[in-house]
Amino acid sequence: MGSINRRHFFRRAQHFVTGLAGGMLGGTLPSAADTTLVQGAPASGYGARSRFETIKRWITPSRYPTATASWTPLAELEGVVTPSALHYERHHGGVPDIDPQAHRLLVHGRVARPLEFTLDELRRFPLVQRVCFLECSGNGYREWSGPGGADVQQTHGLTSCSEWAGARLADVLHECGIEPDARWVLAEGADGAAMTRAIPLDKCLDDVILAYAQNGEALRPEQGYPLRLLVPGFEGSISVKWLRRLKLGTQAWRTREETSKYTDLLPDGSAREFSFVMEAKSVITRPSPGGAPLTSGFHEIRGLAWSGRGRVTRVEVTTDGGRSWQDARLHGPVLPICHTRFTLPWRWDGAATRIASRCHDETGYVQPTREVLRAVRGDHSFYHYNGIQCWQVDGDGRVRNA
Amino acid sequence: MREQGRHYRAALALVPVLAATTVAGADAGDDGRYGLGHAAAPAHIAAQDIAIAPNGAELPPGGGDARTGAAVYAARCAACHGSSGREGPDPVLVGGQGTLASDAPLQTIGSYWPYATTVFDYVRRAMPFTAPGSLTPDEVYAVTAFLLHANGIIEADTVLDRETLPAVVMPNRDGFVPDPRPDLP
Ligand code: HEC
Repeated sequence: MGSINRRHFFRRAQHFVTGLAGGMLGGTLPSAADTTLVQGAPASGYGARSRFETIKRWITPSRYPTATASWTPLAELEGVVTPSALHYERHHGGVPDIDPQAHRLLVHGRVARPLEFTLDELRRFPLVQRVCFLECSGNGYREWSGPGGADVQQTHGLTSCSEWAGARLADVLHECGIEPDARWVLAEGADGAAMTRAIPLDKCLDDVILAYAQNGEALRPEQGYPLRLLVPGFEGSISVKWLRRLKLGTQAWRTREETSKYTDLLPDGSAREFSFVMEAKSVITRPSPGGAPLTSGFHEIRGLAWSGRGRVTRVEVTTDGGRSWQDARLHGPVLPICHTRFTLPWRWDGAATRIASRCHDETGYVQPTREVLRAVRGDHSFYHYNGIQCWQVDGDGRVRNA
Repeated sequence: MREQGRHYRAALALVPVLAATTVAGADAGDDGRYGLGHAAAPAHIAAQDIAIAPNGAELPPGGGDARTGAAVYAARCAACHGSSGREGPDPVLVGGQGTLASDAPLQTIGSYWPYATTVFDYVRRAMPFTAPGSLTPDEVYAVTAFLLHANGIIEADTVLDRETLPAVVMPNRDGFVPDPRPDLP
């Protein structure tokens, strides 16, 4: 939306507000405590958030706390970067405690020179860095069959976005001399599940990162400390954490995590394999379920959009249940394979309605509805849900998944 | 990039004194390498080379059948996966054949997994859940045989080893199709 439009909107909004003046957000405010009369806390070596800030990841209840997921509280976050401490987690055998001095990366198989690398050596390769989202392919799995998650944390919290830094995987593979018949790279973690996935060699030579840093500091233990793969645009589980081994081979390995899991069962009983890319998706994070009911008047609709195939080019928002759609403002820089923040000014008139967002990416792909997804993939898909997320705003201002 | 590396090497020969300050901007050397890493000892590779592809090339020596596997299963697996592998509470390992196209698909080793080698690979690395990596190769062969026999895929006396395991043809071997996305109208 252009600035003229926006000004026009604000003038109208203000006009409307003046009309209601007396009812507005209730009278005067109590005065704040005066913190200028005493010395505050001293400087500290490693910062912590304010004691008043309490948002946290939501953990899927499980018999096994080491084989579960924790979800990012998207509704409370701004910008596009997820704080490392709130990045979603999905573990299959817990978070290992790894001494980086003792950690090694073995690269072998279809290479001329099998090599082992220390962390210090990997840091000597040329640096590559990018801001990039990572999304679990199970993000939104409950939404396949209808409104499922209670709030945006439970519907979409298995996506997070960080600045990652490390070595280019291609450089490290070339160091070992890739044999001409190599086609796949098996990646193995040093966790209690020795998590394994295989990645097509072409992708490895394109943009995969051997990441040792996240948001400027060493990876968090739960994000793969001291070394993980970062496979841009692909489902999260392929970005193997606690990476200890890469093996080049001529064929796919068909590990459990690329056969039993992370495949997509279709109505005719066949299943899609190697469905790696996370397709374009968006969600309104504010307003969204939870928190205080909305009051009528001005609200800026805020949300996130992303695509595993490249840049988000457009996000449309409806505030009337899909009858009309308006283009939201995208807050730059809009990066490929990155969370993209969108906003749209909105004046809620107090009547029940439905709001939703739908995004487009640079390949021309448009985020589909649940109905369209189910018409093609049937009723038993679990992974790769990217349907339009609709929130119901009730007349009393409460917002719920619809 | 490589090209630059060559020019850099040429320059280096002429002006050795500048080397220390210039090296930061240099890319890989003449052979495209940075000269980093340590040769991996064969024994070190062998110890870690546990991922089993469908051709079974990395399978260890040893073997076992469903009868020995039943004892391993009862002692090490049944508490979580049920006495016959059908009861849970953890993932159901037996049954489900013929259900994949139905209203209630049951995806198990028997009904869904395309390769028997995956069972060996996963059980050896990740099970039993509370003591991963604690089974001997013989025990993994045996419990794999137990699970495949329980699914009606091999006979009770079939010995699984590095030759016979990759030859097992799973019922859903041809059930997987490549990802066609974008797939929507
Ligand atoms: C303490 C409970 C426990 C024990 C004991 C246990 N498992 Fe498991 N098993 C699990 C859990 C939990 C999972 C799912 C793990 C995940 O998805 O990350 C699992 C998954 C599996 C799977 C994959 C199922 C699928 O459909 O993908 C197989 C196969 C398996 N176990 C075999 C075994 C065998 C064989 C044993 C005995 C040697 C065993 N398990 C012992 C808890 C257990």
